[in-house]
Amino acid sequence: MDLFPLWNSLRIAGISTVIVFFAGIFAAYYISGCPRWVKGVLDVVLTVPLVLPPTVVGYLLLRLLGPKRPVGSWFLQTFDLRLTMAWWSAVFATVVVIFPLMYRTARGAFESFDETLAQAGKTLGLSNTRIFWRIRMPSCRQGVLAGAVLAFARALGEYGATNMIAGYTPKRTATISTAVYNLWSTGNDALALRWVLINLGISAAVLMTMNLLEARQRTERGDRRGAAG
Amino acid sequence: MALQAEIEKTLGSFRLKVSFEAENGVLALLGASGCGKSLTLKCIAGIEKPDRGCITLGGRVLFDSERRINLPPQERRVGFLFQQYALFPNMTVRQNIACGVREKRKRDATVAAMIRRMQLEGQEDKKPRQLSGGQQQRVALARILVNEPDILMLDEPFSALDSHLRFRMEREVRAVLRGFDKPVLLVSHNRDEVFRMADRIAVMGEGCIETVGGRHEVFGDPKTRTGAVLTGCKNVSPARRLSRTAVFAEDWGIGLTVPDPDAACVGIRMHDIRPAAPEDGTNVFDCRVEEEIENPFSFTLMLRPEGTECVQPIGWETDKARWRAMRADRIRICIPEDRILILRE
Repeated sequence: MDLFPLWNSLRIAGISTVIVFFAGIFAAYYISGCPRWVKGVLDVVLTVPLVLPPTVVGYLLLRLLGPKRPVGSWFLQTFDLRLTMAWWSAVFATVVVIFPLMYRTARGAFESFDETLAQAGKTLGLSNTRIFWRIRMPSCRQGVLAGAVLAFARALGEYGATNMIAGYTPKRTATISTAVYNLWSTGNDALALRWVLINLGISAAVLMTMNLLEARQRTERGDRRGAAG
Repeated sequence: MALQAEIEKTLGSFRLKVSFEAENGVLALLGASGCGKSLTLKCIAGIEKPDRGCITLGGRVLFDSERRINLPPQERRVGFLFQQYALFPNMTVRQNIACGVREKRKRDATVAAMIRRMQLEGQEDKKPRQLSGGQQQRVALARILVNEPDILMLDEPFSALDSHLRFRMEREVRAVLRGFDKPVLLVSHNRDEVFRMADRIAVMGEGCIETVGGRHEVFGDPKTRTGAVLTGCKNVSPARRLSRTAVFAEDWGIGLTVPDPDAACVGIRMHDIRPAAPEDGTNVFDCRVEEEIENPFSFTLMLRPEGTECVQPIGWETDKARWRAMRADRIRICIPEDRILILRE
């Protein structure tokens, strides 16, 4: 059995999650401090890929990155680089689709952060960078990690936009989800089932990790409430 | 060392406009919740930015809207004790205190000495949530003291504590403050706490300071209605001038002989009322006892002057044995003229 789709899915999901992890934290941190109306507008813009059909996302990305479209043609002329139909083209699709998940959970974590901790740090003379990495991030760690795991899980399952922008070429752009569809549609039911089972296994593992993270978060909060009461 | 603060700030429909000076010693800001006392502290600490004003501490300008000076909180050297202490939950007691040390070379020695001074030996490696309320407060104080601030600001320092712990921590904090030879600002709505801890008291109404004075002065003559209520006067009534020596107290429906008839309100503390003696000539009233409230160590009697349009009964607090000896449905009381508080709105 050719394991390329597994490897390809994992690397696409991994790279996308790393990108979205930093971009999501960055956006969440700055937007949670914005005036309310700015927050409202940016929220809609940044969350909309979550509710759009992946095919719509794929279509919009092709309009932008396709070889005859503005960005795509510029890259083709300047770097002789085609942005679609490569294995890493799927990263564009995945990043757009999973960004809202990371952004939303990270923002929730930042908003429940007790601002007096940061204020106390400032009056004690700690720099803002130090306050961010040593006080704010550790307090929001569980929420941020949960967001990253959720984003990774969704990235593994991305199909629609990926199929449109990277297509299905065995050993080049095939992912687990595109492989299942193509194996099934060409009548290779046995192999399709194997990939389905592998996918189920990965998803179960990811969700269990999520649950563990949430349980740890809950006990930590519970402890805090116990001390306050 | 002295603090001068002149602060103006508008937040929605709330307007803060205060101006005061604090020398070494404890100045208490006494006010109801929402009167802007915490906001005043935050402006001094640099957590909130005033719209206008000027703040100087020991000659250093912390904020000046005209000269466009606004030092970040990091450079202001103010020790801020937050209501819930704001200990960093992810750090141990030792790490929390170490965060406050500015001189990094002497950090370990400074932290160890402060842990001893605040009686936190054996707690060094615990997380804040594993400590009692009193211990958490000591850690917060330790973290501030190693920071060597030029002023201490305590925001409702005992409100997060159970009442039995409160008295003990109050004594401990008082001892710390006595050894701190710089200005201290204490924010509280608790008059007993304020009287015990402060040298001077500033009474705050809606966003402004109404009166400032020594603690005996402010409790003896609160001057304003807010001041009277905040210092614990339960009997306050609007007043109307009757003559050069008398006012009509509208809530109680009685005429009172007073030292100054041009008062917006009059007040009488519950324990300043006494049963009338035969020689009492003025401010003597026959009252019906409307309700008898038993406190742990005293009685409060709600009294309605007879034959008057009394809207609010007058409260009288008296010794238990004394009331038991004279208990009756009717009683003649005297409101001593020299005990009446003359108040403006």
